Amino acid sequence: MSKSADKVCQLLLREQFGVVAEKIGCHLLCKGPCPLRWLTAEVGLKLDQVRKMLCFLIQHNLVIYEKNKRGILEYRMAVEPTLWRCRFPKYIYCAKTLYGDAAELLVEEMLHHGQVLMNDVVQRVTNRLNEALRESGHPEISARVVYDKFCSLARTHFIMRCTTTSAETENSTIQASENEHSQYEVPSMEIDGDGRVKRKRSSDESDQPVKRQKTGETTTKEEKIYWRVNFDRFHQHFRDQAIVAAIASKVDKKASEVLRTMLRISEVKSASHAPVTTPVSFTEILQALPKEVGLTRNVTEQYLALLSEDSTEIVSKMGNSGGGMYSVNIYKGLISICKAHIESVVQERFGSKSLRIFRVLLLKKHLEQKQIEDLAMVPAKEAKEILYRMFAQRFISITEISKTPDHAPSRTFYLFTVNLQQVARMLIQKCYQAMANALIKRESELMEHRRLLDKQERVDAITATLEQTGADEAQKEEVEQMITPAEKTQLNQIKETRNKLDQAELQLDDTIFILETFLFYTEQETCVS
Amino acid sequence: MSGRGRGKGKSVSFNVEALGFGKGEALPTATLQPPPLFPPQEFKPVPLLHGDDWEYTLALKQEFRATIRKSPYFIHGNEKKKDIERYSDKYQIGNHDANTEWTPDWERFPEELRIKEKKVKKIKSVIKPIIPARKKKPPQDVDFEKTLEILEKKEEDTKVEEDVKEKEGEEEEDEEDDDEKKEGEEEEIFEEDELEEETDYIMSYFDNGEGYGDDDDDADEGPIY
Repeated sequence: MSKSADKVCQLLLREQFGVVAEKIGCHLLCKGPCPLRWLTAEVGLKLDQVRKMLCFLIQHNLVIYEKNKRGILEYRMAVEPTLWRCRFPKYIYCAKTLYGDAAELLVEEMLHHGQVLMNDVVQRVTNRLNEALRESGHPEISARVVYDKFCSLARTHFIMRCTTTSAETENSTIQASENEHSQYEVPSMEIDGDGRVKRKRSSDESDQPVKRQKTGETTTKEEKIYWRVNFDRFHQHFRDQAIVAAIASKVDKKASEVLRTMLRISEVKSASHAPVTTPVSFTEILQALPKEVGLTRNVTEQYLALLSEDSTEIVSKMGNSGGGMYSVNIYKGLISICKAHIESVVQERFGSKSLRIFRVLLLKKHLEQKQIEDLAMVPAKEAKEILYRMFAQRFISITEISKTPDHAPSRTFYLFTVNLQQVARMLIQKCYQAMANALIKRESELMEHRRLLDKQERVDAITATLEQTGADEAQKEEVEQMITPAEKTQLNQIKETRNKLDQAELQLDDTIFILETFLFYTEQETCVS
Repeated sequence: MSGRGRGKGKSVSFNVEALGFGKGEALPTATLQPPPLFPPQEFKPVPLLHGDDWEYTLALKQEFRATIRKSPYFIHGNEKKKDIERYSDKYQIGNHDANTEWTPDWERFPEELRIKEKKVKKIKSVIKPIIPARKKKPPQDVDFEKTLEILEKKEEDTKVEEDVKEKEGEEEEDEEDDDEKKEGEEEEIFEEDELEEETDYIMSYFDNGEGYGDDDDDADEGPIY
């Protein structure tokens, strides 16, 4: 991984787990897999601290441990899951839009703890939901509802069982050999009449001596299954949504609905990372189209024809059986989205004339300087300047083709070209750098105004308690006046800056996601061909 | 020598005109400085996207961060050493050790990561400590009858002790029974009290060393009573 991505990892670890995690993570990232003793010695922390932190990181699926050749356990940082931590709000939001509030809380809890037991998480979410419902005066819901949500999340593979990675137990081989489907099987849960999760071991029993717990049948196998969020599935969903949104902006809303339906049907049928989905027939699409969209048979046919003739080639017609077989080319879709992203970067960085030249290059692949000037209809001198500027910033690259073997410059063609992969990689680096900068800036902003923020926190706490005890307005006002108007404006300013930086991080991550998915698919393609 | 064929101002080996410089036009001078750290912005950055979705995700992000910082997983590094203990330390946020809440399932983690905690044995005051080898000084006097008497007493004691041991092994909560028995054997208790008097307090915390070393087996079964 690159240096800037490492930096982002490090900053995220510090933000979410503290300084100890940062030190450990930083060391593991620099040195690669390490055994415990070595790590402790190098990091210069207490052994117990390192142990505890490693446990936390393992639980959050950020550290992976395995035995090396000599049989010593080595700990390795999982870089990508760490970087995905800034994508967490999106996972939660996605669960909310798909399955509602209960699913939102379920995913949130799972992300908070990394790995959870089903019973625990369902109980906790039920409690949280009920608390909120009670406050707003609604009737409470039972754990059954939450359990159903859990089941549907598992059925659509958004959550999965954790495989035990422990090297010393033989379980790992058994777990690994388990087929894919059993990863998402949900064990049944007992829910009693009050809508609470039944605890097999009631509270009075838990005080019993050690022996009882050991010999008793309290912990069955089902209770030992830990669950985690399946990031891959979420990414697939984001990917599909990006393609649907692209079509919506290129064609129109209804066309995007048709595409969404196609993706939904083929979701179950095709392999998770297949560049082209399995073809689906026209009748299937028509049946699966939601009624609210209001598309008739005729119009749908026209939309499909339109989509398959589109220059992006996202939808293509594969055959004529069943009223026409259509498939979605995800890779092509990603290419066009990625191109659009890069083009907008070029426009914002170099101006619209540069974009014109860039587009000409994308279209014609290899061009000489003279040809570019003519095709882009930009004056020669300006075109050169722009070209060289973009070349210097590595947005375009050069291929040299020499007429003679001596590679003399006068007898050589210099062909300008755009290497999408390379540009995408470079932009990812820039994004990570920007992300790291945003994280650093946000933290320094907080440190700078620590005193003021603490004060506000205290005042808020006092007003909250005053409200609870039912104090009169005058008292409350008095407390609130502890923050001077000048401080108030400053606080607002801090808040605004922080929001902006947070928002920037989220939106940067969107770009990173698109570019990375594009690169992932490109690598897959090159592997196949 | 090496400069043969290279005229003034023509330090490159190719036709400069191909780069768009007219004949006789001066080539730009070489830059000898590093580029500025913060170059002036040519283009203003585009404003961030807005919308309900973004607002909601932003709120989620901030909430998530706040929660994880309060969770047991967040460890505050001991940033500064305390010079003196202050009264206000107690009320400082983040000084409390929230990590105790986290109880891991040790089957899922490597054995070497387990923190071996020193267990403080809780001993109920009612239950007498097990004193493995009662070191009584052998009777010095040669009085035959007295020796016999003492030996008899000893036998009784060991019986009682065994009883107690058995009981503790089976059921610890049976305190009432214990009490009843004790009433019957005042003498025995008296003796114990005497013994304890010298080492008054420490005795109840006596660790006979039996549990030492097999922490590994016991720790997942909970505390030992």
